[in-house]
Amino acid sequence: MALAGATGTAPAIELRGICKAFGPVQANRDIDLSVPRGTIHGIIGENGAGKSTLMSILYGFYRPDAGEILVGGKPVAIADSQAAIRAGIGMVFQHFKLVQNFTVLENVVLGAEDGRLLRPSLARARGELKRLAAEYELQVDPDALVEELSVGHQQRVEILKALYRRADILILDEPTGVLTPAEADHLFRILRGLKDEGKTIILITHKLREIMEITDNVAVMRRGEMVASVRTAETSPAALAELMVGRKVLLRVDKAPARPGPPVLEVRGLRMVDADGVERLRGIDLDIRAGEILGIAGVAGNGQTQLLEILGGYAEPGSRLSGEIRLKGQKLPLSGSDGRARRRAGIGHVPEDRQAEGLIMDFTAWENVAFGYQDAPEFRNGLLMDNAAIRKDATGKIARFDIRPPDPDLAAKSFSGGNQQKIVVAREVERNPELLLIGQPTRGVDIGAIEFIHKRILALRDAGRAVLLVSVELDEIMALSDRIAVMFDGRIMGERLPGEATTGDLGCLMAGVDPTAAPPGATARTDADGGAG
Amino acid sequence: MERMPTWADVILTPLISLALAFSISALVILAIGESPAEALKVMVEGALGSSYGWGFTLYYTTNFIFTGLAVMVAYHAGLFNIGGEGQAAMGGLGVALVLLALPWPHWAFALPAAAVGAALFGAAWALIPAWLQARRGSHVVITTIMFNFIAAALLNYVLVNLLRPVGSMDPASASFAPATHLPKLSDMAGALGLEWGENTPVNIAFFIALAACLLVWLLIWRTRLGYEIRAFGKSEPAALYAGISALRITVLAMLVSGGLAGLMAVNNVMGEAERLVLNAVEGAGFIGIAVALMGRNHPFGVLLAALLFGFLYQGGGELALWTTIPRELIVVIQALVILFTGALDNMVRMPLERLFAALRRKGA
Repeated sequence: MALAGATGTAPAIELRGICKAFGPVQANRDIDLSVPRGTIHGIIGENGAGKSTLMSILYGFYRPDAGEILVGGKPVAIADSQAAIRAGIGMVFQHFKLVQNFTVLENVVLGAEDGRLLRPSLARARGELKRLAAEYELQVDPDALVEELSVGHQQRVEILKALYRRADILILDEPTGVLTPAEADHLFRILRGLKDEGKTIILITHKLREIMEITDNVAVMRRGEMVASVRTAETSPAALAELMVGRKVLLRVDKAPARPGPPVLEVRGLRMVDADGVERLRGIDLDIRAGEILGIAGVAGNGQTQLLEILGGYAEPGSRLSGEIRLKGQKLPLSGSDGRARRRAGIGHVPEDRQAEGLIMDFTAWENVAFGYQDAPEFRNGLLMDNAAIRKDATGKIARFDIRPPDPDLAAKSFSGGNQQKIVVAREVERNPELLLIGQPTRGVDIGAIEFIHKRILALRDAGRAVLLVSVELDEIMALSDRIAVMFDGRIMGERLPGEATTGDLGCLMAGVDPTAAPPGATARTDADGGAG
Repeated sequence: MERMPTWADVILTPLISLALAFSISALVILAIGESPAEALKVMVEGALGSSYGWGFTLYYTTNFIFTGLAVMVAYHAGLFNIGGEGQAAMGGLGVALVLLALPWPHWAFALPAAAVGAALFGAAWALIPAWLQARRGSHVVITTIMFNFIAAALLNYVLVNLLRPVGSMDPASASFAPATHLPKLSDMAGALGLEWGENTPVNIAFFIALAACLLVWLLIWRTRLGYEIRAFGKSEPAALYAGISALRITVLAMLVSGGLAGLMAVNNVMGEAERLVLNAVEGAGFIGIAVALMGRNHPFGVLLAALLFGFLYQGGGELALWTTIPRELIVVIQALVILFTGALDNMVRMPLERLFAALRRKGA
């Protein structure tokens, strides 16, 4: 199958028969990949499909068991990242590798100094950064400290680092996970600019929308194998999703209209000042009714985490809380360590970070099924815990939620991300809580499990329960919510109905701009756009 | 992902570590011009070769079980209690006060009361560091070691100024009444018509230590408190999420830990010395750290490790008695055992894991 790109010249990167095994696990099996020069090449696949292993081989972190790598038509051996850089390959990691208290300039030069003295390198880098900034819309203040930059700017520093090292081929691993829609758009403009200059870009992502928007060709991986390699223009999101999972997938969530009942959760004037004195929540008001999903959209770090935690009954030690929370009209105390009482009152909580909070990674699956409910009467047997009852419950949940491998004695850390999440969701949802708090339900979860978890959330709603959904994935918020509230800087910027909300509209709110609000000094202006001003 | 069989993990690894520690000890003995084979013979015969040797070995073992369990319980809560020394010393004070306060008619009444006194004093000595850790963030490693020194100074004062009988020159309490003397294992054997371990200090407290192993196992793996202790020890953010109070777990785990360390006094103060003397603990609190590490923080492992260290203690004493090997060499051997089984555990474990993974691949 012919790929889009320059014909006649050797591909920028060619992989032939790459194999890599970790113990009994075959992470990459006989991978062939050809990336034409001057194109953007998407690599898509579920978690654990082998994308990261493949890119790690390209960047010299792992050595393949078999196969060869050709850069610009010539075979190369990539023993370490230095060799990758020499071959013209640059990598932008999902978790940035920057020194927080160094300036942008120092970070760019780090590891690529010209000699023992720093000044000449810094001077040269300053000139080079200026040129790159002008050429590719990559403006960053070279003297700013990295810790003071926004996430989007930090990512630009990573790209600058790679370009400074004369990378011709740029690999980006899940680059938009931490960006607002506007920042993502800017990134895509940068990538297109790089492509026009003849650079080759490999984009690893699990977001089908990005693949469709920006790539020229796309390769799909599934279970360590490259299952397809096609021109983006000749495929569709549904076809790609099917290739990724190996079966037909519903991308749209089918849901019946909500039938909201009486209010379950009422929050008034909720404020939180953390231990450092930073105000994280600046007066939150919200209501959720029975049989309704309220989705909270926003860029990570705007107070969603704190809101979920406080509703779940806990807060960072040393923080101060004020305001009022009512569950079915009953006022709840705000002590910051009420997790136990909240569970008893009927609040289930799937935390944003399942590995740090939702599970004890060293505990077995069955022990984790009781986590948070270790004092529940059905798990108690006199003075001791009724381990037999907990195991029985765990075995049932494993079957009902199709948790794999179906082994209750396996430690939580040995399950894949999706199956870990299923353990947490099973534990919280099956108690049929009055209110379910659920944060990032499908972060790092594969498509098959996403579908399953979404169905479970909707089933809970349809059973007349209230759901508070926090997610940084706008698609997820739009698909599941009955109402959408957007958080920015500890406030709720606005509320929209999913039918009327557009990505651009929500994106503005997420960036702290209310497009419907009148500009200051123009209060007399008539409300022509029909907004709720 | 690459898991070893359990037996390799809990038996083979420590055995290889021990073998390494003993080989290096042998080199040291060679270097000072003595015969390692002779030294080993003296140690084994002195500690395990007779019921007399066993009597002392098991006495030391009893001490180490208590302090090892103390370190183990705190460890499961993510707390490193190195104050066993001070807590055991305070336990001794508890035992002495209980036994001197009342004219006990029989040891069977005195024993539970003394045990409660020992545990309470030990627990109280761990309470302040626990509180400081949970409320003020003062690290228990720092505070518990400081409390060891405070306990030593306090006992010094109490023994010299308060508990010393009038006219005595010895900084020690009065002897406990004969009715409170605990039965020795040799007495029990005698009652069965056996002659075993005459004139050795091992006493009924050995059985209390065995029972403590069982109870600690139940506590950690079968009760809700144990579940919460382990959860808190593995992940504090997760414990917060689950509504497990950091203050409650820190305090309770340290109370249990200090109580176990304090219980050691039933063995050494009530069972052996039969009065409270200065420095009665003799470093057993610190040995407890090595015992817990080597026992992989499991009561059964603690029991085995305590036995090993009991052997080293008794065998080492014999070595100093019968050979020209200086007493300090025993400390070297003990240090090597701690170094290899505790600090350098991964040095043996990782190659073994790789070996087992390779074997499995070949077998598959």
